[in-house]
Amino acid sequence: MAAPGPQPDPIIRATGLTQRFGRRTIFRDVSFTVAKGEIFVILGGSGSGKSTLMKQLIGLLRPSAGRIEIAGREVTGPGAAAAWAGVQRQIGVMFQAGALFGSMSLLENVMLPLEMFTDLPPDARVAIARVKLGLVGLIDAASLYPAEISGGMVKRAAIARALALDPPLLFLDEPAAGLDPITAAGLDRLILGLRADLGTTFVVVTHELTSILTIADRCLMLDRHAFPDAGGVIALGDPRRLGRESQDPTVHAFFHREPLPAGAA
Amino acid sequence: MATPAAQLTLADAGSQVVLAFAGRLDAAEVARLWRQALDAARRVRGRNLTIDLSAVETCDMAGATLLVATEQAHGAPAALAGGSEHVQAMVARARAAASVPPAVPAPPQQTYKELLRAGLIAAGDGFAFLGQVALAALRLPAHRRMMRFSDLFRYADQAGVRALPLVVMLGFLMGLILAFQSAVPMREFGAELFVANLVSVSLTRELGPLLAAVILAGRTASAFAAEIGTMKVNEEVDALTTMGIDPVTMLVLPRLIAAVLAMPVMAVALDLAGLLGMAVVMRGFGYPLAIIEAQVQTWTTPADLLGGLFKAVCFGAVIAAVGCRSGLTTGLGPRAVGVSATAAVVGGIVATIVLDGIFAVFFNRLGL
Repeated sequence: MAAPGPQPDPIIRATGLTQRFGRRTIFRDVSFTVAKGEIFVILGGSGSGKSTLMKQLIGLLRPSAGRIEIAGREVTGPGAAAAWAGVQRQIGVMFQAGALFGSMSLLENVMLPLEMFTDLPPDARVAIARVKLGLVGLIDAASLYPAEISGGMVKRAAIARALALDPPLLFLDEPAAGLDPITAAGLDRLILGLRADLGTTFVVVTHELTSILTIADRCLMLDRHAFPDAGGVIALGDPRRLGRESQDPTVHAFFHREPLPAGAA
Repeated sequence: MATPAAQLTLADAGSQVVLAFAGRLDAAEVARLWRQALDAARRVRGRNLTIDLSAVETCDMAGATLLVATEQAHGAPAALAGGSEHVQAMVARARAAASVPPAVPAPPQQTYKELLRAGLIAAGDGFAFLGQVALAALRLPAHRRMMRFSDLFRYADQAGVRALPLVVMLGFLMGLILAFQSAVPMREFGAELFVANLVSVSLTRELGPLLAAVILAGRTASAFAAEIGTMKVNEEVDALTTMGIDPVTMLVLPRLIAAVLAMPVMAVALDLAGLLGMAVVMRGFGYPLAIIEAQVQTWTTPADLLGGLFKAVCFGAVIAAVGCRSGLTTGLGPRAVGVSATAAVVGGIVATIVLDGIFAVFFNRLGL
């Protein structure tokens, strides 16, 4: 199912995305497609705009220019609000800090979308939520509250909540940041497993090189260095090949975990 | 691509029962089939159950959960027939989760002894906090830098100056109402004129400080608790401690001093506004201003005013301390800050009234 290269039937098609805040341009003219079942990683240094790009993709920020189609439906331009309402149940989002609801136990957090959007009887909601928590290894913590668990557990619980409705498209913002290598590897395996079993598409923002090389079919790298006043795409493709072949000093430095050569910027 | 809705059929062949699922097993369809599937499985308990998946088009985690729940309702392992590799993998994941029994948290059982102990500890902690504050205040000359005076002015502004419009309005209405209500019975005795004395003495001695204290507790103590509570939740208080900066000196003292400075001013403003309200009513009854003024001046002594102001200062200190302490003892999570703010207001008002009662006894003994 690994499908490098643009597919005839992409689940996300982004064209010419630009983001300006006042007179500051964060990035401009970013275009890419994500195929169904693909694991697509967004990379970039601090300030390169990858979180901004993610916000555009999940509908929290309207792009200054450009268009986004999700599952064949345009979600920018006129009628964007109505289009998003149709798309929202197809996507799951894990925020960087988890964004779990502090007044609910982990089980209740995962059950919330099931309660809001399905007619499942209560025992079915509990059973499904427990399966999702089991996927991320948190079934023993189901009755705990977010304040009572560690940062890594919060992250995993947030993934379980994003999975609640089995969305075909999942956005993960820095899933591995702050996790120990064993848990992070478990998460990588979970992502690959879900893709294999359910055909879920993943868009992942991450810096973890090991994780990128393990899971990513393709990656998009944003950077400001190559552009005079705004960021843009400096690399798009299979991370394993990019690391070997890219001539761009920033891409090379990233994949070889080296500081930027002096004068490269 | 239109996939058919999910269906469920039960084929009963003596000891062998086949439960066949068909179509699309996603959350929406699972919601429809859940009861039906579980009931069917329960009815055929004790017989061999085969779950036939050959007609299932798609199955997500919700579907897999349904299959496992059906198996559990049946009470014995069921054979899965015809499921694709993906479905089998899903079911394996769901089985792993279902095999872990849900943890039942032990209900908290508290004996009276434990409750009493907790109460005593809480009371002890409260006194310990008073001691901490006193210690911080005594050490202040040595640690002047830890208390930022810009903070002090900001809190005094927040607690006092910004409360003045509210204080004046409340005081005026209070004087008005008091005068009006007491005028009726006083008139029965032909003592209408003494309404001026009654209002002025009760305002300066009692109501001025008390109402100012209620306003401080509601407006300011809750804000103190929420501010410090949020800092506590964000580990900012821990950061101060590790930097060697005493949180009590930096966070509590400026707020406490600001409240102590603001309270007498608020009480005086309330007294004056109340007298004005009373004067409006008395003028309405036809008494000239000069007579009202003379009544107030003859019967309200400086001791009444100073006693009231002294109480105001004490109330201010106690309310600010209660508010800051609620903030510093904030637990974890977003609800904790709300709990602290509530505790600050309730604690502040209760402490004020208890203190006021103690003052009443003392002033009476001292003949003031």
